[in-house]
Amino acid sequence: MITESDIEHIAELADIGISRDEMPEFAHQFNAILEYFSIIESVEGIGAPAAGAANVFREDEPRPCLPQEAVLANAGSTEGGFIKAPRVM
Amino acid sequence: MKTIIGLEIHVQLATATKLFCGCSTDYQDDEPNTHCCPVCLGLPGALPRLNRKAVEYGLRVAKALDMRVLEESTFARKNYFYPDLAKAYQVTQDDKPLAVEGIVEIEDDEGHEKIIRITRAHLEEDPGRLVHVAGGSKYSLVDYNRSGIPLLEIVTEPDMRSPQEARRFLNKLRTILEYLEVFDGDREGGLRVDANISIEGSARVEVKNISSYKGVEKALTFEVTRQRNMIRRGQTVARETRHFMEGRGITTSSRGKEEAHDYRYFPDPDLGPLHVADRVADIDLPELPTARKDRFMEQYGASANHARTLTGDPRLADFYEEVAHVDPALAATWVADTLLGELNYRDMNITAVPPGHIIELLELLKIGTITDRAGVQVLRTLLDACVEGRPCETPAAIVEREGLGKTAGDEFTPIVRAVVAANPQAVEDYRSGKEGALNFLVGQVMKETRGRADPRELRKIVSESIRVDGV
Amino acid sequence: MAGTLNFSPDDRYNAFITTCGEAPFGDGALAGIAVAVKDNISTAGIQTTCASRILAGYIPPYDAHVVELLRGAGAAIVGKTNMDEFGMGSTTGTSAFGPTKNPVDLDRVPGGSSGGSAAAVAAGLVPMALGTDAGGAIRCPAAFCGIVGFKPTSGRVSRYGLIAHTSSLEEIGPMAQTVEDVSRLLSVIARYDPRDSMMTDRPYDHRPSAEIKGLRVGIPAEYFGEGVDERIGEQVRSAIGVLEDLGAELVPVSIPGMRYALPAYSIICMSEASSNLARYDGVRYGPAVDTKKSWHEAYQDLRGEYLGVEARRRVLLGTLTLSAGYAGRYHAKALAARQNITRDFERAFSDVDIIAGPTMPTVAFRPDEVTDPLTLYRLDALTVPASLAGIPAISVPCGRVENLPVGLQLMGRRFEDERVIDVAFAYEQEGRA
Repeated sequence: MITESDIEHIAELADIGISRDEMPEFAHQFNAILEYFSIIESVEGIGAPAAGAANVFREDEPRPCLPQEAVLANAGSTEGGFIKAPRVM
Repeated sequence: MKTIIGLEIHVQLATATKLFCGCSTDYQDDEPNTHCCPVCLGLPGALPRLNRKAVEYGLRVAKALDMRVLEESTFARKNYFYPDLAKAYQVTQDDKPLAVEGIVEIEDDEGHEKIIRITRAHLEEDPGRLVHVAGGSKYSLVDYNRSGIPLLEIVTEPDMRSPQEARRFLNKLRTILEYLEVFDGDREGGLRVDANISIEGSARVEVKNISSYKGVEKALTFEVTRQRNMIRRGQTVARETRHFMEGRGITTSSRGKEEAHDYRYFPDPDLGPLHVADRVADIDLPELPTARKDRFMEQYGASANHARTLTGDPRLADFYEEVAHVDPALAATWVADTLLGELNYRDMNITAVPPGHIIELLELLKIGTITDRAGVQVLRTLLDACVEGRPCETPAAIVEREGLGKTAGDEFTPIVRAVVAANPQAVEDYRSGKEGALNFLVGQVMKETRGRADPRELRKIVSESIRVDGV
Repeated sequence: MAGTLNFSPDDRYNAFITTCGEAPFGDGALAGIAVAVKDNISTAGIQTTCASRILAGYIPPYDAHVVELLRGAGAAIVGKTNMDEFGMGSTTGTSAFGPTKNPVDLDRVPGGSSGGSAAAVAAGLVPMALGTDAGGAIRCPAAFCGIVGFKPTSGRVSRYGLIAHTSSLEEIGPMAQTVEDVSRLLSVIARYDPRDSMMTDRPYDHRPSAEIKGLRVGIPAEYFGEGVDERIGEQVRSAIGVLEDLGAELVPVSIPGMRYALPAYSIICMSEASSNLARYDGVRYGPAVDTKKSWHEAYQDLRGEYLGVEARRRVLLGTLTLSAGYAGRYHAKALAARQNITRDFERAFSDVDIIAGPTMPTVAFRPDEVTDPLTLYRLDALTVPASLAGIPAISVPCGRVENLPVGLQLMGRRFEDERVIDVAFAYEQEGRA
């Protein structure tokens, strides 16, 4: 059973805001969806990821980088060639 | 109260390009955000491509540390948010690292041989770099030039028992990495350490962010003292993560959400597995520090201390081997003691010193053209020129120009007479049996002759002079 | 001969998010042909949004590999097509730029998530388009709009530049009016690209052939069971009958792992989406994040505001299925179920050459008929298994129910894309004759 406080915790991990109004519906849907997922628990064993080919390498040879303008072009705000980001504490 | 220390060392591998893209790693002096591409910027849709050399470097380290390379290792995503982490996940290795179970030999605090066990080594990408704007600005600035630099994370077992042991371990590890040519020791932030420290029976504290490797002993010493004091006072050490404040030499608690991280590791669907265990046998390792130290003692008759110092840096060891043929013992003393000291004083690198000049200096010393003291002067003059980038004068030219050649004793007779005449009290003391007075007089003569005279010869002349003058 | 194509479609279907009024083209296999590209495929200099407000205004500085190939073949890229936000949906109704309408019946959904590409082709706005398919996102809208849509073997077309919501499942594929055009577009885009490490060097160079005599066609009971509209089942059975008439032999097969397919798919795709969509934080691209707030708060506000409700629902569920205490129960088990289904198909393909069934359990519906997320997820029941197994699958129109198109789905062995194309071609030729 997923509670609203579980969803709050997940939302924090995922850094996604949820409004108070959405919460009851999310909780209701999540429980229905997880119930539907639960059949998977009866599958035997633990799976490995879909395997690609092993040992796919690139040689250690430099390739051209993007010009600084292109790196900054899509950023919301920049300063002196840096990209501005929220502060960390 | 037993101290228990384990380390996690992040080593930037000295590849030409980043771990998953072709951007050059040589960004140290460049403008921010000029070594970036869609991959290391985490642009939507870009995909990682693994650098072969990074894997080879990882394997070289694994072999040197006697580790077991896994038959299959895989990349995983470690999910967390931080403004320097372009994709909001770090590509790293989780339950299937590149290699496990290795060893590094060090000396414990009593000088006995000791084994530090290595738990695992895995490849991962470095995040970008955050610049905190001075003056209490309300935002951070991000430079993604570092984003995607290959790191090898080496994790030890909690086998170290003092901050000094941890320092010796790191020195040894760093030397091995330099010998393997997988790591550039001159690069700032090239080796970063997180440490787990506890006092036996108490909770473990993780100290993060020790960004200079010189800071490790300082951070650990602070932390050990802090924890011991708490225990002595009957307080309980909290299990927590602390940050090392390099400038103040202290650790501070980083309380908060970080403690409750859930990284949600899962296999990275964009990268296939590595099957590289069978490649280890083909790797030719260079002679490693311990073997080279033993050889220096054997081949050159170097003392254990000299051999350890000389082999502590592969470039210093190479340098020594280039000049040793003049006279291995003389060369060992001059390189390990004198030259190294003068280099450290000037913050100079051994690579700035032309070996030919040191060979010539050693020859001048060996055949007795100059005294040890004049030799030091020649060396200083030489290094001062090198450090300032002037054309390096040869030792012979310096001796010639400065008139530092050792001179026969009788040339100094007038000076000796003058010194004896000017210091009657010292002469009197010597006569009454105070040997120290003779040293004083010899010192005065040395000063007047600017070190050109051989002190042993001078002692003879001064004592002779006192006897003669006294008649 | 290079030139510029003027493109001003009558887009009453809202098939496009962006159109290029003057689209340059060059020489080559597709010289001067208008091709539409789904808006989750990166196009240098052309806005690429994934139909999300969180990428509004993002102009990639690079082309996806398939776009490089299209340009190299002389195609005119005339626009970016509408889709469910980040490909999360089966109706093209979760787009931040409004839903796409089905050209067959404007009151019905076109299917999704490549609904814009399907509608653009079905309405004749372009002869061919690129879509992407993680669990049916090419095949579903192809079936609903009455066109041909093909999901190649995983690893056959480079994903470089594809903004996938689920990396291990999503593939780029061609959509067109005819199997021949699908094959033609595939032969341009299925070229090796070392930038996609999961790719196999198996270029597609094939012209469809209608010769299928002696072919063994597997009919899995699971594809005609509960939840599948009986009229669709009948329609598809009669289409399979056409294959029999052409000399194919019909063989019953079974995919027992199918009962786990949908939950396994949902768990894998949501888990990966939670990680793939984490980078949208308004720092490097997209609407600017408020840099005066602390980072978690700023990210939560931005992502809460600019990601749509379905994207947030899936990211939250995916975060849950990867988190401590749940990962072993859900994600690890989903990977096991995926392996089981892959083995089921391998077993079936040891006996038959092709597996046939309906593409969708229903025909196109009205947007308000199905709104509950779980019911919507269940619509992918017949397309998801091929995605989990990484095998090639095509949807080709096979008549109508209630005057709405029905799709015949044909699936083949890994890297036997050519055979799947041939069977679809044979059916199409016969149906047309």
